Amino acid sequence: MGLLPLLLRGAPKRFLRASGSYRSLYESNSRRRRHGTDAAAADQAVNSRADHRPDDQMLDFPGAKAAFTSRMEFISPNAAEAVPCFRILDDLGRALDGSDIPEVDSSLAVKMYHTMVRLQTFDSIFYEAQRQGRISFYLTNIGEEALNVASAAALTKDDVVFPQYREHGVLMWRGFTLDEFANQCFSNEAGHGKGRQMPIHYGSEKLNYFTISSPIATQLPHAVGAAYGLKMDRKNACAVTYFGDGGSSEGDFHAACNFAAVLEAPVLFVCRNNGYAISTPACEQYKGDGIVVRGRGYGMTSIRVDGNDALAVFKAVSAARKLAVEQSKPVLIEAMTYRVGHHSTSDDSTKYRSGEEIAHWRSVRDPVLRFRRWLESNAWWSVEDEKELRGAARKEVISAMNQAEKKNKPPLSELFTDVYDTLPRNLLEQEATLRDTVSKNPPSLAPH
Amino acid sequence: MAQKVLVPCSSSSSCGNVQFSPSRVHTQAIAFGGGLSQSSSRKNKSLALKAVAAKGETSAPVTAKSGHEILLFDALREGLEEEMARDPTVCVMGEDVGHYGGSYKVTKGLAEKFGDLRVLDTPICENSFTGMGIGAAMTGLRTVVEGMNMGFLLLAYNQISNNAGMLHYTSGGQFKIPVVIRGPGGVGKQLGAEHSQRLESYFQSVPGLQMVACSTPYNAKGLMKAAIRSDNPVILYEHVLLYNLKERIPDEEYVLCLEEAELVRPGKDITILTYSRMRHFVLQAAKTLVERGYDPEIIDIRSLKPFDLFTIGNSIKKTHKVLIVEECMRTGGIGASLRAAIVDNFWDFLDGRPECLSSQDVPTPYAATLEDATVVQPAQIIVKVEQMLQGLI
Repeated sequence: MGLLPLLLRGAPKRFLRASGSYRSLYESNSRRRRHGTDAAAADQAVNSRADHRPDDQMLDFPGAKAAFTSRMEFISPNAAEAVPCFRILDDLGRALDGSDIPEVDSSLAVKMYHTMVRLQTFDSIFYEAQRQGRISFYLTNIGEEALNVASAAALTKDDVVFPQYREHGVLMWRGFTLDEFANQCFSNEAGHGKGRQMPIHYGSEKLNYFTISSPIATQLPHAVGAAYGLKMDRKNACAVTYFGDGGSSEGDFHAACNFAAVLEAPVLFVCRNNGYAISTPACEQYKGDGIVVRGRGYGMTSIRVDGNDALAVFKAVSAARKLAVEQSKPVLIEAMTYRVGHHSTSDDSTKYRSGEEIAHWRSVRDPVLRFRRWLESNAWWSVEDEKELRGAARKEVISAMNQAEKKNKPPLSELFTDVYDTLPRNLLEQEATLRDTVSKNPPSLAPH
Repeated sequence: MAQKVLVPCSSSSSCGNVQFSPSRVHTQAIAFGGGLSQSSSRKNKSLALKAVAAKGETSAPVTAKSGHEILLFDALREGLEEEMARDPTVCVMGEDVGHYGGSYKVTKGLAEKFGDLRVLDTPICENSFTGMGIGAAMTGLRTVVEGMNMGFLLLAYNQISNNAGMLHYTSGGQFKIPVVIRGPGGVGKQLGAEHSQRLESYFQSVPGLQMVACSTPYNAKGLMKAAIRSDNPVILYEHVLLYNLKERIPDEEYVLCLEEAELVRPGKDITILTYSRMRHFVLQAAKTLVERGYDPEIIDIRSLKPFDLFTIGNSIKKTHKVLIVEECMRTGGIGASLRAAIVDNFWDFLDGRPECLSSQDVPTPYAATLEDATVVQPAQIIVKVEQMLQGLI
């Protein structure tokens, strides 16, 4: 600044020539004219910028602060390449070169595998039970066992889970017993839901797993609300919510993501992109590059991971959880996987996909088998162990099923409780009228 | 500060034991602070000398100079502030509730006092912040969700019905949802159809919800506090034209009973059941009716779900005639289900059909004359009551 006053007073040029930093004055008279008296400082600033754009060519609208361009260029709908997918194990369960295996010791790995097998067994037996008419409805997790269990294993008991409905493995990992699963499916009086919800709509307050509600994606804003509460309490925990590729189309998905990012809520959005929403294939669900790219649209950290690779899921969810809890920020995880089973017992997926496709993913791309191969490569699992586990799991599930089937259905008194915290007068009256009707009528109207 | 607190009854089954207390009669103290139909209040000023709405024993413990005068929106704010100070889990979320203080100033100053996390400004998505309020309530907070207008909460209908109403039941009682959903509704002054909805009845079928409508600063504050303390999801209906209503309310803390109706004026000729803004129209009409020698008993039902059939029934047993005056539409309105409840329960005590004055089954038009014709006016109430009491219908 020292020589500037001299400049203003029209100092002889030989003084200016002596200072190298003012050389640019000779190079651009037009700039000096434009910026008036402060041309020297302005030129210094300008020269330091690679593309020589003057200050007044930055936009500072409240909605965005961006440089402007005089080239009209539309952003293409998709990037040249899809967002890459993080994996650690190959399809045969072998660690890829250069991959960084997370800290999963033998007891954790075996526990994860046990849970995956138990889940698979429960699914296949209860699916058959529905087919036999013993329960009215069932929905399987087949093909997504690794995603369920590995993501659950990366969380703590204090993290609150808001599931869609295809995350029974998360609940199983947390300790929901086979009896409890079976009781809910048979809607008997021992079930936590007291027979109020249809099968597989589990919920457990003590395991921090929120009761499943059928409409899609309604749990996403709930998770943001729970995260908001955790943030307020400064708890070392986050909210985790699961949804499918179809669920990402719901308005609640957009709103929840936007809210979580704006409010800086510690929530993990785990998208199980399993390729189908009942019969709608993913290519008819969205035109962008899946769900992961939307994260940037909301200003949210995101990652795409191979959902059938238990180790990759474990590592990604662990890291995401750490980020969410430590920095109080949401994270979007798109886990690519495949829905091997039908949408539910009300669906026959051979109507919209080939039997070969299903068989391929059920066998060659089975995530449980892939993880087992990795266990075996570490000598943590053997053929005998497999046989023993499969046999034991089958026995336990069948036993739980038979027990649950025999139990009574909930009594009439449970029809009116829990609508409110206490029974209001109108419901007491309705119950009295109902009991009166039942007592005067043939046994077929009586409960069980 | 608070020595005596009027404790709310915890359930409607115990409500029946609460005796009518003269302290709840506050109509004398109300001054219309503007916003209501100017022409009719000017007309009635000439009858003011005779129109002592509260008859007989009006020895309210609240003497002329104790308590403080307050506008309704401020009474709501006071109730909310007291609850937020008392219980750190109470929080508010909605559009413009934080720094702006709320579109109707119900949350004014709260963000400065409690922080902008507890008084949260949200992006515009009613379904999402209602859902967020439900999720937060399920995990231990007591949330107050503000809809800028109740009509906008139709966008959150799914969350309100499928989640707030249901999750306590479907989870087998494991998760409770102590959420209060509130906002202004009702027909205003030429605000257009979407901002002038009478949708109390839209939610009344939803099992699991409780609904209350406030109509005076006194009951607004008491119901706000009660709703926040309730473990059930409660919808608190405020009326867009009542926010500037002024009244003197007690200084000491009080909480009202959510399930209880308010006996505004005891009488013996006819039972008039009403709520929200229509209460004031009924009171206006009552001035004329009293002048003409009639003795109406006026009950502000306040609790829209469940109905306080105890108070209502006792009144009908005394008068044998009932007129419902509501702002809701004729088809499927609150009046429609209240009539059914009265017929079911008090048939033997009725001398005639329970009558109902409701608004037209039309979206609220903008033009002032059409808008006035859409809702019930005091003149109609006078005509109807006279017809009923003269045995003409």
